[in-house]
Amino acid sequence: MSKTSNPYQDDRGNKDRSITKDGGGGLELPKSTGKARPAPGGPFLAAENMTGGYGGADILHDCTLTVEKGQIAVIVGPNGAGKSTAMKAVFGMLNLRAGQVRLDGEDISGLSPQDRVARGMGFVPQVNNVFPSMSVEENLEMGAFLRRDDFRRTMEQVYDLFPILKDKRRQAAGELSGGQRQQVAVGRALMTQPKLLMLDEPTAGVSPIVMDELFDRIIEVARTGISILMVEQNARQALEIADRGYVLVQGANRYTDTGEALLANPDVRRTFLGG
Amino acid sequence: MDFLNAIVALLNFVIIPATAYGAQLALGALGVTLIYGILRFSNFAHGDTMAFGTGMVILVTWLFQSWGLHFGPLPTALLALPFGIAITAALVLATDKAVYRFYRRQKAAPVILVIVSMGVMFVMNGVTRFVIGVDEIRFDDGARFLINAGDFKKATGLAEGLAFRSSQALTIVTAVVVVAALFWFLNRTRTGKSMRAYSDNEDLALLSGINPERVVTVTWIIASGLAVIAGTLYGLDKSFKAFNYFQLLLPIFASAIVGGLGSPLGAIAGGFLIAFSEVGFTYAWKKVATYVLPESLAPDGLVQLLSTDYKFAVSFAILIVVLLFKPTGLFKGKSV
Repeated sequence: MSKTSNPYQDDRGNKDRSITKDGGGGLELPKSTGKARPAPGGPFLAAENMTGGYGGADILHDCTLTVEKGQIAVIVGPNGAGKSTAMKAVFGMLNLRAGQVRLDGEDISGLSPQDRVARGMGFVPQVNNVFPSMSVEENLEMGAFLRRDDFRRTMEQVYDLFPILKDKRRQAAGELSGGQRQQVAVGRALMTQPKLLMLDEPTAGVSPIVMDELFDRIIEVARTGISILMVEQNARQALEIADRGYVLVQGANRYTDTGEALLANPDVRRTFLGG
Repeated sequence: MDFLNAIVALLNFVIIPATAYGAQLALGALGVTLIYGILRFSNFAHGDTMAFGTGMVILVTWLFQSWGLHFGPLPTALLALPFGIAITAALVLATDKAVYRFYRRQKAAPVILVIVSMGVMFVMNGVTRFVIGVDEIRFDDGARFLINAGDFKKATGLAEGLAFRSSQALTIVTAVVVVAALFWFLNRTRTGKSMRAYSDNEDLALLSGINPERVVTVTWIIASGLAVIAGTLYGLDKSFKAFNYFQLLLPIFASAIVGGLGSPLGAIAGGFLIAFSEVGFTYAWKKVATYVLPESLAPDGLVQLLSTDYKFAVSFAILIVVLLFKPTGLFKGKSV
């Protein structure tokens, strides 16, 4: 995403925040949204043969990810392997040149991210994933923005899952610790009652104890029947809880197996898990 | 007895006028801070939006007066206010569709929008003068005083009179009602919360299904409403003159920045701080000092720190001091 080529976006030399406020949305979403077509059969989520990038060169090359209902799939790989890009492609934040995304028996390749949220996808970005000046409760309410029914029961479920959030529900999300903030982010995504929850490095920047705790919660979420697709830096721990693991290298599938098998695979161990 | 006179003089010449002026500044600064928080740029056209809106209110007031329509002891302008807001909001939304939206689509850097708003300011400036002229216009009617200075003197037997004009009372009451309604809207309603969410994190708001165009539209409508209310109250309290409204931009921006840009509470606090400083610095304290101090210490001069001609210097000085020592403002806004 080259920003400097557009004179409208050239903000060079402007550091004066007394007349402008930074942090505007950088999200480029596809303009038009197509329709979902029925495509029965196959896995619960099937993102197949995805090829594409942010406009210039392709980042993903024939990448395939599938998740069954209630299972945890983990994407691991070296830096710059296109892990987050693959996840964004599943969520529709990337224009694919080839490939398709099917969710729960429907082809949703043509849908915008917002429409995918309405179809049952929940997405937790890696950074900037809460509304910092709003209270925890308001963050959850905003997660349920698309819902017009009574969402109090879902909120109770989120509080049951993350009891600390209930104690802090009147506190601004920006004042919470890193781990608690991640819990708010996951809780916000759960408010739409998604069928598939996508987490982009949920444990980035949290302490090992908090990381174990978060993984436990993610397993709990999966037990309620929600499928989980997750990108992780902590490959070993993530593969331990994964039903399915994908090792991506340069935007393509290198190894695909159960988490257990990948952990046992000597090649994967040597190359990606440090022995 | 002298001490009482001092308090009455202080109320009459400092506290009441500054409170009314502060309320007007606070309403103006709220509009500025709202646009800064949600659309991410400082709207230089805000002063002229106030001027245009007030001009519209005056035209509708004249129309009502020609029909013989009056609002009892309250000024007719209050009846005309909703129409003024509607016309101004329509103009502002048309401006957004014609001008600002293009830059939003380009994802233009906010500083470009600041300059764009300056262009809009000049155009609106011209339109306002074209429609209503450059002269000073008084459009207050209804009861002039809530407390009359002469009656007050007679009733209390004090040497100092206390005048409380109905326009001042109206300003304070309206400001309280409007601010309460705005805070209720932002903190309690679904649309208000979605606006705060958009201000906090645009991308996440988008992913949560919040429609950005709707947020922008509602923001412009509320900002226009605040601008027209502030402008009309200022006009009723003092008088309407297009150029004065353009000049008001400085104290309004000073209020918003002193309080912390992006913080509604800060805008209100900033408005009153600027107003009280301005009045306090330009008021001739001789009268109050004479009442309070023993005769031997009574001042010879006016004890006026600054001539009223320099009142804008006060906002400027406060603005600079705040930006130097507490750039985020008193209420930790989002600037810097």
